[in-house]
Amino acid sequence: MFSEFLQYLFTGTTIGATYALIALGFTLIYNASHVINFAQGEFVMIGGMTTVALTGMGMPMIVAVVLAVILASVLGLALQRLAIAPAKQADVVTLIIITIGASIFIRGIAQVVWGKEYHSMPNFSATQSLEVFGAVLNSQSLWVFGIGAVLVVALVLFFTKTLSGKAILATSMNKEAARLVGIRTQVVLMLAFMVSAFLGSVAGIVVAPITFTSYDIGIILGLKGFVAAAIGGLGSGVGAIVGGLALGIVEAMAAGYISSDYKDAVAFSMILLVLFFMPRGLFGAKVVERV
Amino acid sequence: MVRRIGKYAAAVATGLMMLSAQASEPIKIGSFVSATGPASFLGDPELKTLEMYVEKINDEGGVLGRDLELVHYDDGGSASSARNFASRLIRSDQVDIIVGGSTTGTTMAAVPLIQQARIPFISMAGAVKITTPVKKWVFKTPQSDRMAAERILRDMKDRGITKIGLISGTGGFGSSGRAQTLEAAEQMGVEVLADVTYGGSDTDMTAQLTDIRNTEGVEAVLNFGFGQGPAIVTRNYADLGMELPFYQSHGVASDSFLDLAGSSAEGLRLPASPLLVPDSLPEGDPQKEVVQDYKAEYEAHYDSKVSTFGAYAYDGLNLAVRAIEKAGSTDPEAVRKALENIEGYVGVTGEFNMSPDDHNGLNVDSFRILEVQNGKWTLIN
Repeated sequence: MFSEFLQYLFTGTTIGATYALIALGFTLIYNASHVINFAQGEFVMIGGMTTVALTGMGMPMIVAVVLAVILASVLGLALQRLAIAPAKQADVVTLIIITIGASIFIRGIAQVVWGKEYHSMPNFSATQSLEVFGAVLNSQSLWVFGIGAVLVVALVLFFTKTLSGKAILATSMNKEAARLVGIRTQVVLMLAFMVSAFLGSVAGIVVAPITFTSYDIGIILGLKGFVAAAIGGLGSGVGAIVGGLALGIVEAMAAGYISSDYKDAVAFSMILLVLFFMPRGLFGAKVVERV
Repeated sequence: MVRRIGKYAAAVATGLMMLSAQASEPIKIGSFVSATGPASFLGDPELKTLEMYVEKINDEGGVLGRDLELVHYDDGGSASSARNFASRLIRSDQVDIIVGGSTTGTTMAAVPLIQQARIPFISMAGAVKITTPVKKWVFKTPQSDRMAAERILRDMKDRGITKIGLISGTGGFGSSGRAQTLEAAEQMGVEVLADVTYGGSDTDMTAQLTDIRNTEGVEAVLNFGFGQGPAIVTRNYADLGMELPFYQSHGVASDSFLDLAGSSAEGLRLPASPLLVPDSLPEGDPQKEVVQDYKAEYEAHYDSKVSTFGAYAYDGLNLAVRAIEKAGSTDPEAVRKALENIEGYVGVTGEFNMSPDDHNGLNVDSFRILEVQNGKWTLIN
C-alpha cells in the first residue's frame, strides 16, 4: 500500500519537476513583458531533439547537451528579436498570438529537419534503478531532481545577487520607472527570453530519456507547463515550482488510484478549481486597482 | 516547316497509340493510400510496393496479355478525401479493381461507395470490422486484431499462463485491441485480472504498471498499443523490475520499436509477420521464398528497409492479379467470384484461403510468435 503510494509520488515528482522548469520559463517572460509565451514548449522540444540529433552524429553526450542548450537560447533570443520586438507597439494579446504562430513555425521546421518519428535518449548514468521501500526510482529521476534544484538555486542567486537579475525584477515591477533609472528594457526582454529558452531546453533534455522525444512533444509539455504556472499564480517563481510539482503528483495519483483516462481531466480541472477560489493562483500577487 | 513535321509526327503517334490501345487496353488498378500525413508510415511503403510490382508484372508480359495501369491518389490519411478519391477512381478513371485504403478510417469511408458501384476492393487496413460481417465487394489482406489477440493468448496458454494483466492505449488501435482481447480471453478461458489504459500522449506509465504489479495472481502482462506508447511501457516495465512474461501486439512489430525500447525489450514476445525474420524461417516453410524475395526486391529497388505494411499491398496486388487471371476477364462479378474462391495463395503476410464467408482468408497461424533475444527478433514458433 505504502510502496504503491511512494511509486506514484516518485513518478509524479519527476514529471512535476519538469513541468516546474517549463512553468518557470513562462513566469520569467510573463514578468518581463506580460506575454504568455506559447512557444515555450518548442524550446523543450529543441533541447531534446537537438541532443538526440547531435549524439546520433557521433558527438559525445555532454557536448551535444551544451550545444543544444546554446541553440535553444539563441532561438529564444531570435524569437524576441525577430518576432516580438518588431511588434512592440502591439498589445499583449497580439504578442501572445505571435508566440503561437512562432511555435507552429518552429514545430514545422523541426518536422521537416528531423522527421516525425520518436527518438530515444540513453539515461545520463548507468541505467540501474534504485529500490526505495518497495518503490522503484529511475536513476534518471535523480538527475531531473538534481538539475532542477541546481537551476532553481541559480535563478534565485541570479535575481538577488546580480545586476542583470535585479534589472529584470525592476522591469517586471514597473517598466516605465525602470527605464527612467537607466535600465534598457529591450535588453532585459531579450535576456528573459534567453533564460526561459534555456530553462525549457534543459527540461526537455533531462526528461527525454524517460519520455522519449519527438518534434511535437512540446505541445503537451508546454500546455502542462502553462497549467502549472497558472495554478501557482502567473508571475510567481515559487508558484511555478509548487504548481509544477502539484500538477505532476496529482496526475500520477489520478492515473494510479482512479484511472489514466481521467489523468488529463484531473489536471485541467485542477486549474479551474484553483482559479475559481483563488483567481490570482496559489501565490499570485494581490492586485490593487487604483481608481 | 518544322511545325508541319511536328504536326504529322503527332498525328502518326496518336494513330499508333490508338492502334495499340485497341489491341490491348491496360487493366486499370485503382488505389488510394495515405502516402503522406500521419499514416504515411503505412501508405508510403504500400504505394512504393504497388508501383514497383506493377512495373515488374508489365515487364514480365502483363496479365491476360494486357498491361497493368496503376491509378493512384494520396488521401493524406483523411477519410473524407479517401471517399472522394474512391469516387473519382470509380466514376472518372473507371478502374477494374481497387487495392487501397491504408487505414481502417479511410477504408470504411470508401466502402459504401464501392459496394454501390460493384467494384472489387482489397483493403490494406487492419480492423476486424472491415470484413466482419462480410461485405460482398470488400476484401482485405492484413490479419485482424482479433487474430493477434488469439495468437498471443494461445502462446500464453502453451506456457501455462491463464491469468493476465492488460494495459492498452486509448487510441483506435489500442481500444479495439483491448475489446478483442477481452472477448477472446473469455472464449479461451483466460482471466484478465487487471485492465488499465494510457492516453496517446502519456509520457510515463509507471503508475498503471504498478497497479498491475500489485494485482494478486497476474502471471503475464499484455500491452496492446501503437506508436511510442508501447516503447515507454516497455521501458517502465524494465525499470520497475517486473519479471512476468511480457507480450506486445503486432502494432509495434518493427525495427524502430527495438531502437526506441532498447535493452528493456529483451525477452518480450509478440505476434508478427515472418517478414521480420525472413532468414530464420525453417527450410520447407511455404512462405520462406516469397518473404525473402519480397524483402530482397524491395530493398534493392528503394534502398530503404522493407516494412510489414508494404507486404499488405504486395499481397493485395497479387490477389487481384490472380483473381483476374482466374476469371479470364475484368468483368467485376467474375473477378469478385474468383477472389472469393482463392485458395492456397501463399503471400508475404500468410497463406490466403478465401471463401464466401471469409473475405480475409488468413488464419491465426499466419502470425508467428517472435521473441526479442540479444536485441534481435527471434522466431519462437
